Amino acid sequence: MKKILGILLVVVLVVGLLPLVAGCSSDTVDPLAAKVRLKVGTTTSLYDTGLWSYLEPKFEEMYDCEVDILSLGSGAAFEYAKKGDIDVLTIHSKADELKFIADGYGIERVPFAFNYFLIVGPESDPAGIKDMSPADALKKLMETGAGTFVSRGDNSGTHSKEKAIWAEAGYDYATQVVGAGDWYVEAGGGMGATLTMANEKNAYTLTDMGTYVSYKSKLNLVPIVNSGSILLNVYSVIVVNPDTIKTLKHADLAQKMVEFLTSPEIQELIGKYGVDAYGIQLFTPCAGNEPTQ
Amino acid sequence: MAEIWNGLVEAFRLIFTFDPEVMSIAGLSLEIALSSVVIGSIIALPLASLIHFNNFRGKHILVSVIQTFYSIPTVTVGLLVFVLFSHSGPLGGLDLLFTPTVMVIGQVILVMPILLGMTISALSGVDRNIIDTARSMGANSWQTMLVVLKEARFAVIAAVVLAFGRAISEVGLAMMVGGNIRGFTRVLTTAISLETSKGDWELSMALGIILIFIALVINIIMNRIQQRR
Repeated sequence: MKKILGILLVVVLVVGLLPLVAGCSSDTVDPLAAKVRLKVGTTTSLYDTGLWSYLEPKFEEMYDCEVDILSLGSGAAFEYAKKGDIDVLTIHSKADELKFIADGYGIERVPFAFNYFLIVGPESDPAGIKDMSPADALKKLMETGAGTFVSRGDNSGTHSKEKAIWAEAGYDYATQVVGAGDWYVEAGGGMGATLTMANEKNAYTLTDMGTYVSYKSKLNLVPIVNSGSILLNVYSVIVVNPDTIKTLKHADLAQKMVEFLTSPEIQELIGKYGVDAYGIQLFTPCAGNEPTQ
Repeated sequence: MAEIWNGLVEAFRLIFTFDPEVMSIAGLSLEIALSSVVIGSIIALPLASLIHFNNFRGKHILVSVIQTFYSIPTVTVGLLVFVLFSHSGPLGGLDLLFTPTVMVIGQVILVMPILLGMTISALSGVDRNIIDTARSMGANSWQTMLVVLKEARFAVIAAVVLAFGRAISEVGLAMMVGGNIRGFTRVLTTAISLETSKGDWELSMALGIILIFIALVINIIMNRIQQRR
């Protein structure tokens, strides 16, 4: 038994040292450095585009803290926040955001960037909906059943937008769209995962511009519907209200996140993000103002 | 086919250049799984002996319950741990949700039934004569327990290996309570899930190969321990 324990001990020590040897002792895992950990719940699209991975180290350096990015759908992010597990949210689901604040969970909604949603699909366009209005396009999909539509199905901001378009098309989402047929698929995953699935299934899906552009090289999907005022996609930052959720400890730092995202320097970086790699602007900065088209 | 081949080539490149991100993810996976199994064993081995060596009412039922929990879904343990450690839950004040620590706690719960149940089976397999001999030679109950555990070491180590396999390969729990935070709680399985959903197969494959490689090394080590006299 002693030998076994001895060997186990050696194994544990080796494992502990492994990251050091490999020269990648990430200071984040060091239990001695008790830095403040700010938990940011974000919509998957800001994560899947790589924007957060790009901004995160800058904030950490500026305020000497650790930022934990939790990539969730906006719906899940709200729920985690209500339970006190998240300090600040970056999301894109205006109606839900306003309700979140009205219910006292959030302090203020500060828009910091926007882009557009679009419906993408296979080049062959089996349902023949190219360049229709978003509502007409979904209506035709429903009526003909020609072609598959992959929905996020996770109460995310993109999913909320999809529901809004269905409403504009005159359908009740819960009763008429869910379970409407084999052509309507609920993926239940992040934006990247949903695009990947739509690609595999040769299906249509609603996506934000940023994620689509950053995934484009891996996809055979092309833009099918990309104009209509309903397709505006606004990203906001909301600090979770420490007066409602008493267990929150980092409200000051969370407030700094709002200042950070709306600062001229970071706004410029958001505007430039991905331009070199994809040749197109992924996000339009809008420091604190609600964009109108 | 070309994609799979490219994936493999890229996978080996990432492994043999000691890509820092891949190495830290693999290191964390190993650390969490090993910690869970070591902590779990420290609790489970004496507890299993206690259950085995004592006769009490409901012992059979207890053992059946333990065996039933072999197949508890990782997401169910994840849910339980999440509810306990969320800020709105009873242990929320510890501020542990979305940390490696809580992942270890969850995995200890996850592997506990396997360690307990299989150790009890292993002890049951030991010849009664050995216990009698030890006792007649004046061993106290603690010493008797050690003798029996030593006798049963093949099966006990098999239990530990199986528990390790369950810990390092599970994804549901790690995703739910760890949150898959880059550089902090991202482990091999959650990274594979994320990268596959992003269509980044090369990285996924590299991570998968590393996972299998770790399992191989652990098995070789454990086999050597088993074969010691």
